[in-house]
Amino acid sequence: MTPAPADLSGLSGRFLAMLGPHGVITDPVRLRTYECDGLTYHRATPAVVVLPETAEQVAAVVRACHETGTPFVARGSGTGLSGGALPRSDGVLIVTSRMRRILEIDVENRRAVVEPGVTNLAITEAARPYGYYYAPDPSSQQICSIGGNVAENSGGAHCLKYGFTVNHVLAVELVTPEGEIVLLDAMDPGYDLLGAFIGSEGTLGIATKITVRLSREPETVTTLLAAFPDVETGGVAVSAIIGAGIVPAAIEMMDALAIEAAEAAVRCDYPPGAGAVLIVELDGPHAEVAHEFARVDAICRESGAFAVRVADDPARRAAIWKGRRSAFAAVGRISPAYLVQDGVVPRTALPAVLAGIERLSARYGIRVANVFHAGDGNLHPLVLFDDAEEGAGERAELVSGEILDLCLEHGGSITGEHGVGVDKSRYMPKMFTAEDLDTMQLVRCAFDPRNLSNPGKIFPTPRLCGEVPGVRKGVHPLVASGEADLF
Amino acid sequence: MDPELIKDCVHCGFCLPTCPTYALWGEEMDSPRGRIHLMKQHVEGTPLTPEMAGHFDACLGCMACVTACPSGVRYDTLIEQTRAEVERTHRRGWDERAFRALVFGLFPHPRRLRALRLPLKLTERLRPRLAPLLERLDPRLAAMAALAPPVPRRTLIPPLVAARGERRAVVGMLTGCVQAEFFPRVNAATARVLALEGCDVVVPPRQGCCGALSVHSGRPEEAARFARRTIATFERAGVETVIVNAAGCGSSTKEYADLLAGDPAWAERARALRFVDLAEFLAELGPAAERHPLPMTVAYHDACHLAHAQGVRAQPRALLAGVPELRVREIPDAAMCCGSAGTYNLFQPEAARELGDRKAEQVLGVGADLLVSANPGCTMQIASAARRRGEELRVAHTAEVLDASLRGLSPAALGAP
Repeated sequence: MTPAPADLSGLSGRFLAMLGPHGVITDPVRLRTYECDGLTYHRATPAVVVLPETAEQVAAVVRACHETGTPFVARGSGTGLSGGALPRSDGVLIVTSRMRRILEIDVENRRAVVEPGVTNLAITEAARPYGYYYAPDPSSQQICSIGGNVAENSGGAHCLKYGFTVNHVLAVELVTPEGEIVLLDAMDPGYDLLGAFIGSEGTLGIATKITVRLSREPETVTTLLAAFPDVETGGVAVSAIIGAGIVPAAIEMMDALAIEAAEAAVRCDYPPGAGAVLIVELDGPHAEVAHEFARVDAICRESGAFAVRVADDPARRAAIWKGRRSAFAAVGRISPAYLVQDGVVPRTALPAVLAGIERLSARYGIRVANVFHAGDGNLHPLVLFDDAEEGAGERAELVSGEILDLCLEHGGSITGEHGVGVDKSRYMPKMFTAEDLDTMQLVRCAFDPRNLSNPGKIFPTPRLCGEVPGVRKGVHPLVASGEADLF
Repeated sequence: MDPELIKDCVHCGFCLPTCPTYALWGEEMDSPRGRIHLMKQHVEGTPLTPEMAGHFDACLGCMACVTACPSGVRYDTLIEQTRAEVERTHRRGWDERAFRALVFGLFPHPRRLRALRLPLKLTERLRPRLAPLLERLDPRLAAMAALAPPVPRRTLIPPLVAARGERRAVVGMLTGCVQAEFFPRVNAATARVLALEGCDVVVPPRQGCCGALSVHSGRPEEAARFARRTIATFERAGVETVIVNAAGCGSSTKEYADLLAGDPAWAERARALRFVDLAEFLAELGPAAERHPLPMTVAYHDACHLAHAQGVRAQPRALLAGVPELRVREIPDAAMCCGSAGTYNLFQPEAARELGDRKAEQVLGVGADLLVSANPGCTMQIASAARRRGEELRVAHTAEVLDASLRGLSPAALGAP
């Protein structure tokens, strides 16, 4: 049961004056449709939802929250998978879905200026007539908003070669947690505040205008689908490709269960009998792609691929990607419920971690489907369970959590691209010491001294700003393990 | 509302960008994901509030979300069940009830529509001048008046149109309600194309409504009555295949067995008949008659109930591509509804108008000589939106284009008002 929303009628009245009746939602039935984002496991009905259309309106709303000490949470399309946009029942949900104008496509300077509610794919579509596109491409790109991408520092299949959101955002206009409109530009000298803001999951303010880099569409794109008897041989191929000095635009892997789900959903028609498929995309100048393609093809076959398909036209490429892109939601076809996990391991540790996941799966009697960005070791295990079965949800939670332990044991991270949100804040102390977390709090307090901007996310019960961080005792665990040095 | 179907939704949001009302208003509760959430609230015990009913009414039923959903959520079934629930439990205002009674008392009844021909003809010139008055009275009445097409001469199709040349098939033909009374040229073209392609076309006289309007508006009992009558009509006609040339009718006739599931004998009779879209059928049959050149550029518009509800996208394009010298252009954002959506442009005129304006802008941007679609509702809607922008848009049904090509007519013959 979600906690009942607080009565913020005084504040709602002010919002009505600022935004008009179409910009404020207070009806309880309507409010409840905003109770969760893409992660339905965590729910809270917001006390009030506002739908601003301009940065000034966002700033006015935030200022009112600041004055009254009311927490607020920003939300774009509500597709996040870590509960980053989970509302506060005692707070305001600021939804940017009406701020969706593309303000400028500046081809000469290779950049676009957009409002935060514009979808990731809409930027590419607007730039495509000029031969450009926006490179980061999360699987939800047709609906996830660029504002949410900035908050989560989203990646996508192609970030192996092209990097994350942080590598493609040139400037952000944002409303600070105190309601001030500020411009952060990558060109500014001094501290890289833009870098700090991107990936801050809504805790440092709300982006209201984003300038992104546009990338030139590659001369050639070739996609290869290789079918392997199992994940291990596929993993060998991945290491061999990277080891050969090739940086593909993307290397994605799906295991048998993920393939089964995708087949059920979109009939992607992958080679039958595959224990794993590898999707390798090469792009760039024609000669380079042709050369690398021959090598990748040979490496896959040498590593044990029993079928290799090639697509160099958009329709066939889309057919190969269709299965991969739909995989998350498609799992709904083979399981009544599931958890999406997101963890990172060094590429070389992939086989060991996958074997570990298999052992966990067997031990708890919980199926795990694996879909991952193999090139950069970003795993997306999908933990399947039947929510009608007593205790299955709890066991799935355990498996999901232990997968993260496994990632950490192998020197990885608790999240690659979905963010920490509310879902993983409890794992932060496993990855960081209290001193690390205190230091991060100092950054947060510099932006948000009253702890009103998306409170409760990223950090487990943070110290209040102004409280003195504990005195460091003993040696930092990373120093102790020899993984880091203090200078 | 079936809780099991509701559970299939994993809240991923992939449906949002395909939803016309989300495109208009950007609000969660006017998206498929939000509406499913409202359904969930209702099955979990929240009474159906007027706000909820408003969001369900605002859904066009275009089914673009069904196409987009990776989890296979049956939103089509869900919204039909929900509309029936709304009709059962939600009490609408008196004016809304009166207007709905008018629409449902008129459109599914070909003979009543026929009776309307004379008054419509007589007021054809007067209506534009009445528009401001109607707008003030009730925007829905204004929309109805604005959308009423010019009254054409009646064309009677004989009960049997014999195949030309070698007979390749015997088919029945559904003539429809609005289609039969206001777009007789489309039906005539359909019968001619089928005959020229070697089909005996059986056209039972006095066909009733197929029930599409009722099933899409939460009136399943009424729809089932219409369905039984339609099935019986074509059983008597002695055909196994029935050609449907209107997208909305096509999707509802294909779902007869589901609609009549509570009555196994009738469901069985429904399964014995095959209702099939004209383009789908012609693509299967393969071309036999000679295609004459039609040197022109057309833009093809996907009717939602053809593309999303029936999955018929490639066939009409392939048929058009088979006409020599005819160039087919795609309309950007093709999967987005034009706002016509059966009776939507009558019940929700403001939203429909805005969607029509967006679609017209995109269609005009294509720069085609003719807009082709398999649904007269869509073409009427887009043409009237173009007219608001001061542009005349020539429109035709896929059947009319094929008919012109088979008979060697000139491009000028197509889409003339």
